[in-house]
Amino acid sequence: MVKNKELVIIEEWCKGCGICVEFCPVKVLELKNGKVRLIDADKCTKCGLCELRCPDFAIYLEVKE
Amino acid sequence: MASELVERYFRKETLPNIWCPGCSNGIVTAAIVRAIDNLGLDQNNVCIVSGIGCSARASGYLDFNTLHTTHGRAIAFATGIKFANPELTVIVITGDGDNAAIGGNHFIHACRRNIDLTVVMYNNHIYGMTGGQYSPTTPRFDRATTAPYGNIDRYFDICKLAIGAGATYVARGTAYHVHQLTKLIERGISHKGFSFIEALSICPTYYGRKNKKGTPADMLKWLKDHAVDIKQGSKMDPEEFHDKFIIGELLNIDEPEFVEEYQKMLNNLKVNYK
Repeated sequence: MVKNKELVIIEEWCKGCGICVEFCPVKVLELKNGKVRLIDADKCTKCGLCELRCPDFAIYLEVKE
Repeated sequence: MASELVERYFRKETLPNIWCPGCSNGIVTAAIVRAIDNLGLDQNNVCIVSGIGCSARASGYLDFNTLHTTHGRAIAFATGIKFANPELTVIVITGDGDNAAIGGNHFIHACRRNIDLTVVMYNNHIYGMTGGQYSPTTPRFDRATTAPYGNIDRYFDICKLAIGAGATYVARGTAYHVHQLTKLIERGISHKGFSFIEALSICPTYYGRKNKKGTPADMLKWLKDHAVDIKQGSKMDPEEFHDKFIIGELLNIDEPEFVEEYQKMLNNLKVNYK
């Protein structure tokens, strides 16, 4: 697990298309009220597939200082 | 805050983009930006040119030298830019309607000229912005607003057109295979000569809805399940291959490049006619 990275969601940019939810290999994302949300931060492997496929640049991994 | 990629290469004040939920244009646009970043190109030395259509909106979101031009004419504008300043890396963002229909003639002659441009065509198989009319790449018998009983025209393979017309780098990727697409765009930009990259995309709003293709994720899965890498494709028998398509590098050859040839001619004339 990559410890120095954090998954960030920009809610205002998310259109709730569900692509990241579907392709998350560990199923830690869900849609709630039309927006994506991280349901289990501990299980997230920070693989970055959600960032790679998000058409709205609304989910990404941020490197923590 | 947004991702490093967005902070550096996008005009953040223009976001969120206006593309529909699940439209893959954002995925392909990000792939282009990653390719530019991976190559370490100077942002001020890159020029993005687009025509008209959903894909063409990308030039507005990107923070490079950008030009949003007229329908089908992006390549004509890009040719002028490259000619006036050969040092620039010129990338054209276009769609299947913009490039294969309205801009078809500009496209084939730019291929033939082998001018050093990189053209990325977002192929979503439909005219999205104007309301879902069928395009040259709408598959046969698929539906569109203007083909309510199915489209009779045959599918236009634009990669084959590019190869036939004389492009020297031709590749096909998809919005599902993002890493590969990024690599293909990188190679296209690095290639000296006319590079064409077809990025198979999804339009859930029009093409998807008209043809009952399901959710955006279902449409991306369809791309995943029907794409065959060029390395495997040659080993498949035609029956197995009938509903599949090839992805990867289809052509990569060296031919004299137009701007360089022009410069050579100018230099010759200067020597001979002093």
